[in-house]
Amino acid sequence: MFKTGTKIVLSSLVAAGALASIPAHAGKTLDAIKARGQVVCGVNTGLAGFSQADSAGNWTGLDADVCKAIAAATLGDANKIKWVPLNAQQRFAALQSGEIDVLSRNTTFSLTRDASLGLHITTPTYYDGQGFMVTTKSKIKDAKQLKGQTVCVQSGTTTEKNLTDFSKANGLNIKPVVFEKVEAATGAYFSGRCVAYTTDASGLASVRNKEAKNPDEHVILPQLISKEPLGPMVRRGDDEWFAIVKWVVYGLLEAEEYGVTQANVDQMKSSTDPVVQRLLGTTEDTGKLLGLDKEWMARAIKASGNYGEIFERNVGPKSALKLPRGANNLWNKGGLMYAYPIR
Amino acid sequence: MSVAPRTPPAKRDWSWRSQAFRGLLYQIIAVVIIGGVAWWLATNTAENMRVRGIKSGFDFLTQPAGFDIGESLSKFDSNDPYWKAFLIGVSNTLRVAILGIILTTILGTLIGVGRFSRNGLVRGLCQAYVELFRNVPVLLQLLMWYLLFTEFLPDVTEAKRIGDIYLSKGGITFPKPIWETGHLFGVAGLLAGCVVAWFYRRWARSKFEATGQVRSMFWVPVAIVFALGVLGWLVGGAPSQFAVPAKGEFAVEGGGALTPEFMAVLLGLTLYTAAFVAEVVRSGISSVARGQSEAAQALGLSKGQEMQQVLLPQALRVIIPPMTNQFLNLTKNSSLAVAIGYPDVVSISNTALNQTGRAVECIALIMLVYLTTSLLTSFFMNWYNAKSAIKER
Amino acid sequence: MAETIIFQSLPARPAPVNTEGLVPWVKNNLFANWQSTLTTLIVGGLLLFYIPQFINWAVLTATTVPNADACRAEGVGACWGVITEKYRLIIFGRYPFEEQWRPLVATILMVALLVMSCTRMFWKKWLVAVWIVVLAAFFILMYGGMFGLTEVQTDRWGGLPLTIMLATLSIVLCFPIAICVALGRRSNLPAIRTFCTIYVELIRGVPLISVLFMASFMFPLFMPAGVTIDVLIRVLVGVTLFAAAYMAEVIRGGLQAMPKGQAEAAASLGLSYWQTQFKIILPQALAMVVPGIMNNFIGLFKDTSLVYIVSLYELTGSLGLALNSDADWRPYKLEGYLFIVAIYFAFCFAMSRYSLWIEKQVNKSKLR
Repeated sequence: MFKTGTKIVLSSLVAAGALASIPAHAGKTLDAIKARGQVVCGVNTGLAGFSQADSAGNWTGLDADVCKAIAAATLGDANKIKWVPLNAQQRFAALQSGEIDVLSRNTTFSLTRDASLGLHITTPTYYDGQGFMVTTKSKIKDAKQLKGQTVCVQSGTTTEKNLTDFSKANGLNIKPVVFEKVEAATGAYFSGRCVAYTTDASGLASVRNKEAKNPDEHVILPQLISKEPLGPMVRRGDDEWFAIVKWVVYGLLEAEEYGVTQANVDQMKSSTDPVVQRLLGTTEDTGKLLGLDKEWMARAIKASGNYGEIFERNVGPKSALKLPRGANNLWNKGGLMYAYPIR
Repeated sequence: MSVAPRTPPAKRDWSWRSQAFRGLLYQIIAVVIIGGVAWWLATNTAENMRVRGIKSGFDFLTQPAGFDIGESLSKFDSNDPYWKAFLIGVSNTLRVAILGIILTTILGTLIGVGRFSRNGLVRGLCQAYVELFRNVPVLLQLLMWYLLFTEFLPDVTEAKRIGDIYLSKGGITFPKPIWETGHLFGVAGLLAGCVVAWFYRRWARSKFEATGQVRSMFWVPVAIVFALGVLGWLVGGAPSQFAVPAKGEFAVEGGGALTPEFMAVLLGLTLYTAAFVAEVVRSGISSVARGQSEAAQALGLSKGQEMQQVLLPQALRVIIPPMTNQFLNLTKNSSLAVAIGYPDVVSISNTALNQTGRAVECIALIMLVYLTTSLLTSFFMNWYNAKSAIKER
Repeated sequence: MAETIIFQSLPARPAPVNTEGLVPWVKNNLFANWQSTLTTLIVGGLLLFYIPQFINWAVLTATTVPNADACRAEGVGACWGVITEKYRLIIFGRYPFEEQWRPLVATILMVALLVMSCTRMFWKKWLVAVWIVVLAAFFILMYGGMFGLTEVQTDRWGGLPLTIMLATLSIVLCFPIAICVALGRRSNLPAIRTFCTIYVELIRGVPLISVLFMASFMFPLFMPAGVTIDVLIRVLVGVTLFAAAYMAEVIRGGLQAMPKGQAEAAASLGLSYWQTQFKIILPQALAMVVPGIMNNFIGLFKDTSLVYIVSLYELTGSLGLALNSDADWRPYKLEGYLFIVAIYFAFCFAMSRYSLWIEKQVNKSKLR
């Protein structure tokens, strides 16, 4: 009796859930987003240049801008985002469990993460590598001088493993001091607990330029010890949503390649270039294939600008982080950023 | 005419309204609801994991961990498997917990007894200590100690030297005896001392019960253990080699070291819990009726005998259960070490959780570790509680 | 001849030793014997040495100017400027700046409600209604979305209002659960007893942060796809369930101490199980364990600081938020910590004093 009773309750629940959330064409996530009128975006609790909230609660940064573009493409409004600041431990669980729709939190793509966490990596928004920051006072010039030293690192990151590999490969016997929160790790470094702080080079630049009292007192060592392709991740089991996130990023890259900017996106709608026409949905309805309308990319660009603009605004040479474009340049300008054609 | 003997009405041994039936019904309802909820949650989880292709299972425990652990009692290499990393975490937790329990007992007892001091200043200080430390969250205290250690101590390169001890942001570095086989004799001596002391106590007690002669039950055993330990060490050739730390280019090298993370956790937990232990001790002592101490004095017992034979045994009955609770709290609070970077079992599990993505498994392991410790203590406490409870019909 | 008895006055006896007043107190408590005198000298000396230094640092040379440069000047002690500069961020967390009057009013309402509930004068039936009204007002003020208030998502809530809300709600909610579980653990029904025992021992066996970890990022995995519950509510439920297990044990202690005769007398009067419990047993049992209950409340209030670890910005978290990423003020974190230590201390100390008072009230009947 117990079993049948529960089964009836359960199956009716399942049925109700199925009715409510699996319509014919588009993915569950997109429908859920449309129903609640918000994209729930998991971001870093605070990393200048990537995702950081000001005192009014406005999020800025490269990762945040990607979310805004996604929100603009799906809901037509870049402000319809619920930001969920996550630390490194929480991020995957939050995405797995459906608490967030997309994880845009300077997250490294790796095989384990792609294959065993129930998540999909989309496409990199920033090519990075892990580096070290030390104080100028310490006179360390080379990461190999860190023999037997303490290095502050955030737990639950690829960084922690890379550090171990680097230490092992070079016989350095580095002592990691592992912190749960990035603020705690940088705080310990600034207080002098560790000789060095290690994370992705972009993160180092962010910490050095935004959080250090005097950036000149800290140097980022030149060598990078790993490859860290960072980008948004989505949950498995919803290919449509996976495609949307991926193609919004490609769209931002394509926009830069073809000169569509935040400022000129409206004029460009009358462009005769067929690629631009397809991108902005003036001829072919590219959005329809993704379950969106045809203006999707035009709105995304209008909200965040193209990839180049996002980069310049948040992390580029003129921003506080002063990072060179380097590997993050477009493929035809010597970088790695290569968008698949939108057609 | 005879009246037929009235038979009592047939006893109905079962009814829909009987207490037994209602009891059964309530239980069935409870089982159905709780079982149903549990089943529902379990199927949801299984379904979610299946749909998203989340790998599950404890097989990851035999995979190489691939990360280093900043401090560990035994050697840990990044190629060692996860289960070993977990064990290191457990040992780090136990290290803090056991040291903390010892220190907090000493400090808490001193402060608790201090509240009965004849000296007003001491009484006042002890009370102020208790009020201050138990009214501030322990997490905040840990964070503050860590801040003090890392912000206000000198840099590693300018470590402060006191004799052969160095003090810096890297922690305390001190001379450490180098382990030799000679020390083994010392340890053997200590163990032998424990055995001898135990027999001595048994003998002294039986003598006391037979003749009423009082022998020291504390200092003599301590002396025996200590003396045999020293004897063993001497037999072993009195090894006294020390690894003395020295200032290197970037750090103090050699010797033993305590990291600021460890010290902050230990200090924070000890000072916080000591405030509670002090209260436990105070209420224990004040729970013993005044007449007891007066009667002991009337019998001509000395102050020490009065404490040892009369007051303490009665106070202990009140003290031990809440004291055990405090020890448990200390052990559980050591999980807050994760906030300041001490690699305890929670911190290691969190790292493992992130490297492998086995959230359910890792959290289950954390809970298992603490649950085992707690349940063992809890069983002991329930047994003790039943033993010491006032007997009723 | 009669002898004349000549009246001879006896010498006056010395006045009784004065046991009242300052001088005898000092004599008895500070200089009773040589050990005591020595202790007084040592402890007093240390106090005289350190207290002026502390006062010098905290008050005399301290600065309250919200300017980091003023703090770095030579000879300046405590830099309370960090508080004057950041106090709004510390107390209200990430709540929108222009809207911060709302959490302020909500917090004042909540504290007033708590003070009211602790005052004997207001122990009336209508207090329940007041609670409902104030809680509703609290949530309307905090969340908004009606009466012309802009909506503020729960992830922006923080600081003191969050601390007080978590503590109050979990205290209120855990109490009925705890009573049920405590009764269940002493029930004659084996299945119910087993469930209650498992629940209590399971929760008491694990640290709060593992419960919070579960609540904050594993719980959604237990739900059917698409169902999400606000993280604040999940954490609140976690804290409540955790506190309930501890509270249940305290209450069970009280139940255990009740003489069996009470229940038997009630049964012989024909009272049902629930009547017996609610009219006879619980009132006496709860009165007996008031100190334990209050201690649990204080513990719960302090434990709310742990939600910082799962990234909710209550008081401890919002301090980190305010200071960690600001290079100018980061060196003055100690002052920030002392500030929130003072806040926590004020609340917990008040509660512990109140606990002593209520203990006296409850024990009045025994003091006749």
